[in-house]
Amino acid sequence: METKGKVFKYPDNVDTDVIIPARYLNTADANELAKHCMEDIDTSFVNKVCKGDVMVAGWNFGCGSSREHAPLVIKTCGTGCVIAKSFARIFYRNAINIGLPILECEEAAEEINANDEVSVNFDTGIITNITTGKTYTAQPFPEFIQNIIRKGGLLASLKD
Amino acid sequence: MGMTMTQKILAAHAGLDKVETGQLISAKLDIVLGNDITTPVAINEFKKAGFDKVFDKDRIAVVLDHFVPNKDIKAAEQSKQCREFSCSQCISHFYDVGKMGIEHALLPEQGVVTAGDCIIGADSHTCTYGALGAFSTGVGSTDMAAGMATGTAWFKVPSAIKFNLSGSLPANCSGKDVILTIIGKIGVDGALYRSMEFTGEGVKTLSMDDRLCICNMAIEAGAKNGIFPVDEVTMEYMKDRCERQPVVYTADEDAVYDEVIEIDLSEIVPVVSCPHLPENTRPASELSDIRVDQVVIGSCTNGRMEDMEAAYKVLNGKKIADGVRCIIIPATMEIYRECVERGYITAFIDAGAVVSTPTCGPCLGGYMGILAAGERCIATTNRNFVGRMGHVDSEVYLASPLTAAASALTGYITNPEVQ
Repeated sequence: METKGKVFKYPDNVDTDVIIPARYLNTADANELAKHCMEDIDTSFVNKVCKGDVMVAGWNFGCGSSREHAPLVIKTCGTGCVIAKSFARIFYRNAINIGLPILECEEAAEEINANDEVSVNFDTGIITNITTGKTYTAQPFPEFIQNIIRKGGLLASLKD
Repeated sequence: MGMTMTQKILAAHAGLDKVETGQLISAKLDIVLGNDITTPVAINEFKKAGFDKVFDKDRIAVVLDHFVPNKDIKAAEQSKQCREFSCSQCISHFYDVGKMGIEHALLPEQGVVTAGDCIIGADSHTCTYGALGAFSTGVGSTDMAAGMATGTAWFKVPSAIKFNLSGSLPANCSGKDVILTIIGKIGVDGALYRSMEFTGEGVKTLSMDDRLCICNMAIEAGAKNGIFPVDEVTMEYMKDRCERQPVVYTADEDAVYDEVIEIDLSEIVPVVSCPHLPENTRPASELSDIRVDQVVIGSCTNGRMEDMEAAYKVLNGKKIADGVRCIIIPATMEIYRECVERGYITAFIDAGAVVSTPTCGPCLGGYMGILAAGERCIATTNRNFVGRMGHVDSEVYLASPLTAAASALTGYITNPEVQ
C-alpha cells in the first residue's frame, strides 16, 4: 500500500478539537463532518486537499478528546497518511481501528516542508520526499497491529 | 522484577500471572462506557460488523451528557439512537435526562465502577476512575463497539511514572491545583502512552473528589491512565455504593518506574493554565491583570459536591462582578439535589450566577456558554485548546473552583483566600 501527494504541515500538539470542533459533533455523518476538518487552525485545508495528500506534524498529534471523528474526517477528506513525531495514544488507536495510515518518524516530520511532494510505502515504512530526493524509514507497526490493518480495521479483524 | 499497580490489574484481566511493559494483551472488561457523541458511531460500527447482541447488558454504560437536554435536532437524533439501542439491548446502565449526570461524576457516584476494574470508555476522561484503584482508559467508538460485542479489548502494557505525594494541601488549594501543577511540570505529552501512579504519604490527605479530579486530567499529560492506591478513604467511599465487590491491587515493592517525581502537597499554590495548552501553568497570583468575561464552574473535572461547596464558600453573600457571566453546573442530579437542599442554588442565584442541570455543554464548546471572538473565560474544565469553548479567538483559562469563584467576584483572575 502506498500514497503519494503534497504535504500539509502542522505544529506540535494538534488537538482533536481543531481537527474537528465539537460544535459539529451533533452528527456522525463523516462527509458532513469532513467539511470542517482542521478549520480552526487552517481554513483553507478542506479546499486544497487532494486524494493521497499527506499531513506532516510535530509531537503529540491528535491529543485531547477521544472522538474517533478526528481520524475519520482526515481520512474522509482524502488524506492518504499522517506522519508525526509522535501521536497521542487514543488518536493512534483510533487511526488504526478505522484504517487511517499513520507513521511516527521524527526526522521526516522535522525535515519535510509544506507543499513538498512525498510518497509513503506503508508496508516498508519508507517515506520518500520527491521534492528533495531524501528518504526516511519510519518505525513499522508491531505484527499484531499490522494484522488489524490487513484485515481492514478492528471490527473486521474480530469476525475471523 | 515486580509489576506496577496498573500492570497487576491488566495481568489479572488478561488471565496472566505476569505482564511486562510493551507486551500486547487481550483483557476482559468490567465496564464499557459511551456517551451521546461517541455511542452513535459505536452503534453504527457494531451493526455494520454484523453483531446483534452486547456481551453483557449489565456491563455497558450509556450516558447522555454532552448535549442534553438536547441542544438541537441533530443532537436529539443522536440521543434517540442511543436510547433505542440501549432499550433494545436491555442495557441496565442507561442514563437519560432526569437520571443522567456527567459520566465521570455519575459512574463512581452510582457505584457502577469499582476498585480493581478494567474499564474502557469512548471518552478521553474515562481515566477518572483510576481514583478508585481501577484501570480505566479512554478509547474511540470502534473500540467501544468491539468492547460491547466481545467484552474484551487489546492493550499494550504501559510503563509508569510514579508521583510520590507528601504533605497536605493548603486550604486554598485542591486536587485541580495538584494536577495542573504536575501537567505544567511534565507537559501535555509528559506521560504519553504511560501510567501515572500516585502514591506516598500525601495520598491519605486527599479526598475522593480531589483524587477523581487528579485522575480525570491524566489524559491532559498524554497518559494512558492515572491511578491511586486503595486506602480507607476509597473503601469508605465505595461502601454501600458499589454494586460489585471491590478488588484491591497493590504495586509490587520492586515494581520498576520510568521515573519518580516528588510532589510536596504543602508547597502547591493556586494555579491557572493559560491558553492554549493545559501545560501553560502559572500561579494565579501572577495573573491578576487578566480580565474575564465568563466563569464556568462544573464539568467532569470539577462538578462534584466539594467543588460546589468551594464555589458556595466564596460566593455566598457576595455579588458577581459587573460584566461577568457566571455559569455553575452541578455534575449529577444527586449533586444538583444536594445543592438545592443545602441552599447553595439560592446563594448562587443571589450572587448573580446561573445554575444549569448537568451537561458537558460549555466545556467542549457545545452550548450553554459559548464564547464570542475576543472573550475570555476562567473555567474549572479540563482543556483550553484553540476554539475549545467557542470562537477561535476566544480564550480559556483553567483553574480550581475556588480560583474560578474568586475571579467571578472581581472580574479578574484572582488568587483565592480561604480562612
